[in-house]
Amino acid sequence: MSLEVDVDHRRGAFRLQARFTAAPGLTALFGRSGSGKTSLVNIVGGLIRPDRGRVAIDGQPLVDTDRGVFVPAHRRRIGYVFQDSRLFPHLSVRRNLLYGHWFARGAGGATADLGTVIELLGIGHLLDRHPDSLSGGEKQRVAIGRALLARPRLVLMDEPLASLDEARRAEILPFIERLRDEAGVPILYVSHSVAEVARLATTVVIMAEGRITAVGPVQDILPMADAADGGAMLEARIVRHDERFQLSVLESAAGELQVPSLDAPVGAPVRAYIRARDVMLSLQRPEDISALNVLAGRIASITPTATAQADIRLDCNGAILMARLTAKSVDRLALVPGRPVYAVVKSVSFERS
Amino acid sequence: MTPDEWTAVRLSLLIATTATLCSLPFGIAIAWLLARGRFWGKSLLDTLVHLPLILPPVVTGYLLLLSFGRRGPIGGFLAEEFGIVFSFRWTGAALACAVMGFPLLVRAVRLSIEAVDQRLEAAAGTLGAHPLWVFATITLPLCLPGIIAGAILAFAKSMGEFGATITFVSNIPGETQTLPTLIYTLTQVPGGDAAAMRLTLVSIAISMLALLGSELLAKRIGARRQTA
Repeated sequence: MSLEVDVDHRRGAFRLQARFTAAPGLTALFGRSGSGKTSLVNIVGGLIRPDRGRVAIDGQPLVDTDRGVFVPAHRRRIGYVFQDSRLFPHLSVRRNLLYGHWFARGAGGATADLGTVIELLGIGHLLDRHPDSLSGGEKQRVAIGRALLARPRLVLMDEPLASLDEARRAEILPFIERLRDEAGVPILYVSHSVAEVARLATTVVIMAEGRITAVGPVQDILPMADAADGGAMLEARIVRHDERFQLSVLESAAGELQVPSLDAPVGAPVRAYIRARDVMLSLQRPEDISALNVLAGRIASITPTATAQADIRLDCNGAILMARLTAKSVDRLALVPGRPVYAVVKSVSFERS
Repeated sequence: MTPDEWTAVRLSLLIATTATLCSLPFGIAIAWLLARGRFWGKSLLDTLVHLPLILPPVVTGYLLLLSFGRRGPIGGFLAEEFGIVFSFRWTGAALACAVMGFPLLVRAVRLSIEAVDQRLEAAAGTLGAHPLWVFATITLPLCLPGIIAGAILAFAKSMGEFGATITFVSNIPGETQTLPTLIYTLTQVPGGDAAAMRLTLVSIAISMLALLGSELLAKRIGARRQTA
């Protein structure tokens, strides 16, 4: 599957000009609210007709204003999971799930039967309930199942976790991961959460003020996406669990990391996202400090920022790490590119990949 | 009650039921147009629909007589082409009642359609449902309480309709004499008071039953939505 988007749409003073191609896997549309992510997804889903442009799946045009093509939403076979689940209040969970299934009969695309989807999302016990009686997390799982059962060629998810609290988010994230890895349906995922994108995305598309500012694999793009704070992602693997202190030990190119116990087997790959502001630098290997994780590296570059701070890019045995220091610290430690340093990592956001 | 009185009650029920059921599809269609449509002349249509509510019923009845009478442009055409005759028939009474109840029906249905979350309809569209299906499976069920309320209003209006009916189809016993027109007739003749009182009580009973029925129905729909 490939999705090509090249559209130009104006609404009042806001202008959306976007052009990108999404590869298989999960493509995250990342940006602040008001950057045009939802409008873009609505154009792909057929809920908005763009002023000009082209949207195509596998070369098959859904919108082509030059040739007067506009396939209506109900004939696109694009699943849509909304932020506000939008379950039909007068239908049971089962009938909600099967609503689109019937229209998709005879259609190709990702095969999905009720049993598989129920198992994938763990919603078997909810079938005879009504949407009113479901929790936010349950609603979103049903909404995802409903979209899948319509046998979509592509699934759009517009901040599906935004209305949920942290616990409910943690409950749904694994399901979206399984969806990405097992169901084989390409996903276009709107988010403004770095943690979600780090954990889920294969490809990241960054949007700002109606334009796309960067597209690429998550490892390359995410540090840019987190521009306000900066950060870096390490690919790692769980090497063992420390039962006594409830820690998991990870191995990455940059070195060993000890983190609060992760719920994954030994050997599982993990993505560790380390924010630049959570990294301190030291010229000698620090002894007797509380931080568990100290990584050795070499300064690759120093970029001053506007606010008397500097972003230090570290090369830790091939892996990139970012640190944000005050300009004064840079001066005091006489940091220059090429200088060996030790990075003290205060905290890590760990994302299973 | 005398056979004549029973006839009037039966006729009233028949006329009101026919008027309500026949105007329901049109009422829902017009209500949908007014709630969701964006077209030139929308406010004109809105005014037209509401006209029977503000015109004197006698005027509405007379306009019906002019247009749907045997020599009227529409009435003449229908009689010649399809053999459908309205003037001085119970069908004419039903037409008069339908027209008089129409604004009430449309208003109730329109409000309930406007209350349906259009985002749900969009969601149904993304699941592959054609707009007509979306209407039938999402919009219609969600505004069912409003439709029932509108239908009951139209039915009650039909049961009580007097001015337009008597002007259009007169007051012929066994054909167009309904509860209100019979009560009116009885109050005009000496010694008719007792019969008028009886029919008044019947009229009250029917209206209350209709209202009660609609309440029960609305409750059942509400309950089904909560628990099922």
